Amino acid sequence: MSLHVDIRKRLGSFTLDVTFTAENGITSLLGASGCGKSMTLKCIAGIERPDEGTIELDGRLLFDSKKGINLPPQQRRVGYLFQNYALFPNMTVRQNILCGLNREKDRAVKEQRLRDILQMMQLEGLEQRKPAQLSGGQQQRVALARILVNDPQLLLLDEPFSALDGHLRDSLKVEMRDLLENFGREVLMVTHDRNEAYNMSRAIAVMDRGRILTLKPTKALFADPGSVQAAIITGCKNIAKARKLDDHLIEVPEWGIRLETKQSVKEGLCAVGLRAHYFSPTSQHNRFPVLFAEEMEEPFETIIQFRYEGQRPDSPPVWWRLTKEKKPAQFPAELGISPANILLLYE
Amino acid sequence: MSFDWYPLWNSLRIAAISCVLVFFLGIFFAYYAAKLPRWLKGILDVFLTLPMVLPPTVCGYFLLIIFGVKRPVGAFLAQYGIKFVMTWYGGILAAAVVAFPLMYRTARGAFESFDKTLAYSGQTLGLSNTYIFWRVRMPACRQGILAGTVLAFARALGEYGATSMLIGYTPGKTATISTTVYQLWRTNDEKGAMFWVLVNLAISAVVLLSVNMLEARQKKAVKP
Repeated sequence: MSLHVDIRKRLGSFTLDVTFTAENGITSLLGASGCGKSMTLKCIAGIERPDEGTIELDGRLLFDSKKGINLPPQQRRVGYLFQNYALFPNMTVRQNILCGLNREKDRAVKEQRLRDILQMMQLEGLEQRKPAQLSGGQQQRVALARILVNDPQLLLLDEPFSALDGHLRDSLKVEMRDLLENFGREVLMVTHDRNEAYNMSRAIAVMDRGRILTLKPTKALFADPGSVQAAIITGCKNIAKARKLDDHLIEVPEWGIRLETKQSVKEGLCAVGLRAHYFSPTSQHNRFPVLFAEEMEEPFETIIQFRYEGQRPDSPPVWWRLTKEKKPAQFPAELGISPANILLLYE
Repeated sequence: MSFDWYPLWNSLRIAAISCVLVFFLGIFFAYYAAKLPRWLKGILDVFLTLPMVLPPTVCGYFLLIIFGVKRPVGAFLAQYGIKFVMTWYGGILAAAVVAFPLMYRTARGAFESFDKTLAYSGQTLGLSNTYIFWRVRMPACRQGILAGTVLAFARALGEYGATSMLIGYTPGKTATISTTVYQLWRTNDEKGAMFWVLVNLAISAVVLLSVNMLEARQKKAVKP
């Protein structure tokens, strides 16, 4: 079970140039809006045509510019959950799902599969409703039912939760993750939300301006994003230029500090990233004098901005994010960070 | 002598047939024009919309130039016994040409505002493009298409300029309501003219009323 994509397509201001292999469950394409994520999905589904390259699904060529292969979307067997679900507004839930069963000619089988999927997706009793009469969550379930009943070899999800309210979103994420794990086929999800990508996927490909910067298992990516862009996209707030001093020691001139690292430093180091959550007033490692700059409160967390004593005046303050109960009564004179939490970023 | 209802019958069949023609042609051109590159669409648009802004007599002039019996096309068609000048079915041609832009433009507007993801999702589900067109795109665009059809019908029914140039006024042969009104007025039969004006008003009112009722019913069907 695997999807190989190796395509190029000229877009307005940049060129989409994407090469990756997705296998074993849910893979996310994570990136800012307009970076080419959705275009990649459209190319895989056959809605858009790449300028050149190949797309292969489980050994089946869907697209190959050299061999002149470009299967129409109807023959690709790739399910596509659109951001707005794209339910047919003039049809009932039942008719919408039957559209997904158009390959099945036997009436009795059709009815049976319709009943099964309605039950599985908890849509019983809604058969005669029109999409406009359903809640956002129900619409999503109908759209998924219509796709899954079609028995696709690959499922593409385009920002699947963006049309839902925040509070509904979290419960649906859990439902959807369980459902997709049972689905047992490749799933490729597009999102700009790093939490969503983290919640849902086994592996994440970080995209920026039409290119895939890195593709790693989810936890490995957040632990070691590897590049400045990937660090930003995974939510790292503090990034500064850095250079290698020793195998486990780097210098950050902007902050006026030297940091020891657990990971060994390779050649070509360009920057360092410190996640805002990982500072600690009690840590004895990488401990430096700090000055308070600003504070901002959130419902359950506090963001404190501080400066290292030797920090350059033109360098922006460093973010420290902590839960409120951990907030010390007085701003500490020194802050440390564990060598394991130093993100080494390369070109 | 019984009353001559011919203009009513003739007007209705001309309007109905040209409306059907314009319905399919308008949708066809609107669908393909919406897919064309922008510059080509601009050029095509000018040509297809011209009859709407030209005086109908100018359209009639062009039709005579093309289909006049002594013109190449007209002469060619005459060999097969098809003559658009001074025949009732010539009225279909005149009405269709003038009504076409109304259908084309409203249908194109509807197609352009159509949510493409509906068509895409249909394709990825394996539905044929024909099925998607008739069962998804057309119903989603039905408001615009219905509006265009009604406008086209009303325009075809009221067509005067191009019709009078191409098929003239022959009682019992090419007379339509609008040409009859003019003819009666010209010959000082104000009462006769008034009668046909009222007939025309009644038809238009019925058409518009039924459209409103259709729309109200559709809205009711969508909302619970």
